[in-house]
Amino acid sequence: MQDEPTPIELTKAVADFLRSDITPLISGHQAFKLRVAINILDLVTRQLTQEEGSDAREVERLRALLGVEGSVTELNRALAERIARGEVDLATPGLAEHLWATTMDKLAVDQPNYASYKRELSRGG
Amino acid sequence: MIETELSRSVQRWCRGATGVTGAAKLSGGASQETWRFDITHPDGPIGAILRRSPKGYGAAPTRAAGLAAEAQLMQLAFEAGVPSPRVMHVLTPDDDLGTGFIMQRVEGETIARKILRDDEFAAARPLLARQIGGVLAGLHQLPQDKLPELRSRSATQEISEFDRDYRSLNWPKPVFELALRWLRDHDPGPSTEVTLVHGDFRNGNLIIGADGVRAVLDWELAHLGDPMEDLGWVCVNSWRFGEIDKPVGGFGSREELFAGYEAAGRKVDAARVKFWEVMGTLRWGIMCGGMMQRFREGPDHSMERAMIGRRASETEIDLLRLLAPRGG
Repeated sequence: MQDEPTPIELTKAVADFLRSDITPLISGHQAFKLRVAINILDLVTRQLTQEEGSDAREVERLRALLGVEGSVTELNRALAERIARGEVDLATPGLAEHLWATTMDKLAVDQPNYASYKRELSRGG
Repeated sequence: MIETELSRSVQRWCRGATGVTGAAKLSGGASQETWRFDITHPDGPIGAILRRSPKGYGAAPTRAAGLAAEAQLMQLAFEAGVPSPRVMHVLTPDDDLGTGFIMQRVEGETIARKILRDDEFAAARPLLARQIGGVLAGLHQLPQDKLPELRSRSATQEISEFDRDYRSLNWPKPVFELALRWLRDHDPGPSTEVTLVHGDFRNGNLIIGADGVRAVLDWELAHLGDPMEDLGWVCVNSWRFGEIDKPVGGFGSREELFAGYEAAGRKVDAARVKFWEVMGTLRWGIMCGGMMQRFREGPDHSMERAMIGRRASETEIDLLRLLAPRGG
């Protein structure tokens, strides 16, 4: 077991430093790059916070859908192959719900301000 | 300094020109650059743009039409009254500037978010969807016997190409698989009519002024194909920049786009437009994957490129909204 602070706490501390202390000092193209850097750290923090739970739920759904065991990566590969072969499609019970839930979890990490995501979230997640 | 070569060049083909000032690079990758500069002239400065591949970068990427074709298309469009910059000069070896062309600079805005938010464009915005329909109709009617040599792509060929691009990424994505299945199942077959297709006609590649569309830019993906492809691409959600209820670039409705297109004497096939919108959404998603790959393998190890990889999920939610919409 590693010591603390946790990666989440450390990443947040760096992002806060860049946001509060460095942003006022920088302009032009470097300021744009700094914003991108801060966005990356914020994304990493969201992923570190949410990934464990969302992966566990995704694996649970994939096992039910496919009837096999595996890691989240293996199960995703298996689902992709079954869709490609036409064995699973939108008429398959649970597929649409699974894809929606998985995609919403991804947007929550990648781009929580994306308008389509916010619209779907307002429908109840 | 590029100004030395530009000064020598303009004095050869622009009557009265004595030199250039203010050359500044606007954008550029390894193989293609855009510069702005002013031609010094007794009647006052002339705003100009240079598009070029620097010396040693002659080869265009496979999908691109090439700068010579781009120059020819822009000039044709200009002559036909489609908003386009006038091409002033096609580079020759004597110019010592690489390959490419110099065109008149059109004043206006290309940054989509500014066009969608700034007061300056408030009067133009409600007119744009219909206007874009008219511009696309004009573009699709450019005389085919005058077009440069262009690649020709049917829907079926495009599906196979995207399938191959996606599989080469080794990036299993169930939503992309679903989209590929949907595209195969809904492939409309060969278009009854094949025209010039711009290939990247969208908010971001248009110069907009207070009066509306002033110029269509970035012709590098021009090809021959189904004209409905351009109507579908301009509606892809990624180019609405948050204005998701206004499908045409965040400006207006499909109905307005179609009305503008048909008022200019052309027919719309709405089912084909929808097909190309799905195709376009997947296309941008796969491109995001390509950016991720280029970030990983170099040479562009920039943060921006890395972050574009994390925008593929935007196209996944948009594909689900198109193919498996939830009620209410």
